[in-house]
Amino acid sequence: MSTVTSTLERPLSKRRQIRLSRRIVSLGGWTLSGLCLLVLSVLMVWILMVVFLRGAGALKWATFATITQGNGGGLKNAIEGTLVLSVGALLLAVPFGVASGIYAAEYPNSPWAKTIRFLADVLVGVPSIVVGYFGYVAMVQWMGWNFSVAGGSIALAIICLPYICRTTELALRQVSNDLRDAAYSLGANERRVVLGVCLPAAMPSVLTGVLLALAVSVGETAPLLYTAGWSNFMWDGHLIKSPIGYLTYAIWTFINEPFASANRLAYAAAFLVTGFVLIINVLARFVLERRARQ
Amino acid sequence: MKFRAWLALVAGILPVILLSVVLFLALYSKQAIHFNGWGFVVRNTWNLGNLYMDPIMRHGFQVQPGATYGILFLIVGTLLSTLFALLFAVPVGIGAAIFLAEAIPSHLRTWISFFVELLMAIPSVVFGLWGYVVVIPFLSRHFFPLLAATLGRLIPFFAGPTGSGYSLLTASIVLALMIVPIIAATLRDALVSQPVSLREAALGLGATRFEALWKVILPGARKTLIGATFLALGRALGETMAVLMVSGNALNYLPHNIYDPISTMAAFIVSQLDSALQDPTGMAVRSLAEIAFVLAIISVIVNGLARLLLLVWNNGQRTAAV
Repeated sequence: MSTVTSTLERPLSKRRQIRLSRRIVSLGGWTLSGLCLLVLSVLMVWILMVVFLRGAGALKWATFATITQGNGGGLKNAIEGTLVLSVGALLLAVPFGVASGIYAAEYPNSPWAKTIRFLADVLVGVPSIVVGYFGYVAMVQWMGWNFSVAGGSIALAIICLPYICRTTELALRQVSNDLRDAAYSLGANERRVVLGVCLPAAMPSVLTGVLLALAVSVGETAPLLYTAGWSNFMWDGHLIKSPIGYLTYAIWTFINEPFASANRLAYAAAFLVTGFVLIINVLARFVLERRARQ
Repeated sequence: MKFRAWLALVAGILPVILLSVVLFLALYSKQAIHFNGWGFVVRNTWNLGNLYMDPIMRHGFQVQPGATYGILFLIVGTLLSTLFALLFAVPVGIGAAIFLAEAIPSHLRTWISFFVELLMAIPSVVFGLWGYVVVIPFLSRHFFPLLAATLGRLIPFFAGPTGSGYSLLTASIVLALMIVPIIAATLRDALVSQPVSLREAALGLGATRFEALWKVILPGARKTLIGATFLALGRALGETMAVLMVSGNALNYLPHNIYDPISTMAAFIVSQLDSALQDPTGMAVRSLAEIAFVLAIISVIVNGLARLLLLVWNNGQRTAAV
């Protein structure tokens, strides 16, 4: 009897040992991966705290009401400039982006649509400074526009275009094919089906994509540095040959200045840009999440 | 014209733009490409020459006396900062993706993933601000001396002097934080969409949950991970503002240790255009265009490759996350 129990016991205890070591490895794995997520979340919170706490301290009424003067003043000119440049970029990018997105979604298997889709993904990855330098070479120098609203907006539009194309395509793909079939069976032609039925059905998601593109363009710096320039004054209404200010430039330049008033402008600009970008992203997520659930 | 043909025509703007960006930069930098030759990528001197003298003719081009354009230090800086960024970002991204996909209940997962992936939405210049204002002082006062005293004894590249905080390591850390969400989001999607039967089979064979994940589920998402890493690589190579603000913008200098300042191709274009414009022959501005051209080609290749890999491996389905 005793030999039987001992032979039974030995492998049993050995097995328990293996199990313990495997448990430790597993526990260690979960802990490490949890730590990774924790580190990311903490850093995210750290960034947000730096931007929002210091930014909130730097915001005053004068920030919105006065233009930049030397190393102080306000950001009225930069806020206006950011709006002008971004709206200009959207005016240019939305028609082309939505049209490309429609084409990529509605004729998904045609080689041209595959090419468009692929190139849109590649264009997203082209560094923004490359687009900015292209803008400098092509528009500031070759076209002779100097630093200008037109140059800045076109550079931003190039950045936004692939985003809009992609979000439009994804939005239209969520539209059920039953809807298309129903419209065709009622005798609608291709144009009516796409523009009259599918696009309205996908409109909230398409608009969300446009808003996300707006957030991207508000946060960009590198494409504007050598296309839009910088100006301490309000926009004079000229599309070419007159530079314009924008918020991201204020962040980059004024944080390097040795004056507290300049640093405050940088923090205020960072607060405005980050706040705007985050609000749009959260809104967009709510809209897309709700539509995905439907 | 038919509606479809109109759409196809308008959609053609995307290829036209991509092509014209590359072509314009190529044409504009043509003289510089001829003047600099292949030495451009192996010389370590970026020197505008004597701007107070009259331009001279050299190799058939009008340049300032003493002008040399070489970007070896930029190539080294770009490659090293990207390499270190990936070394930090890939493991952390895998860890975060694992925890998000497997350990967090699905109703919380959506929002916690969203929070972490919001890092992708934060503008590059805000990362730069954060790096400049808080990360550099923190690292240079506390972390770098510690690192030099411990790891520095084993690996010479980590030994002091620890410098000012504007460094290769700072740039890599900030870059890593910017590209981690790309890896985490793409991989998390791939993990969640792995077939449940695989996991059940592994658990049925006696694997612990972590073993099932590590040995069965994760290998199944290996290809997605490679594709996402390439995407992250492309992003890190071309990142401009954040690197510009924390790297120290070294000129003609190769880093001797990880605390030395560097510069990257993308950041250098921004930091040098103003002084390049002082060159009356225009060769400096054209040489900067050559850098932009090289960067454009590299990013098209890296991103094209990444997207192709993801497309082929996912059977034509694009990744939804990034």
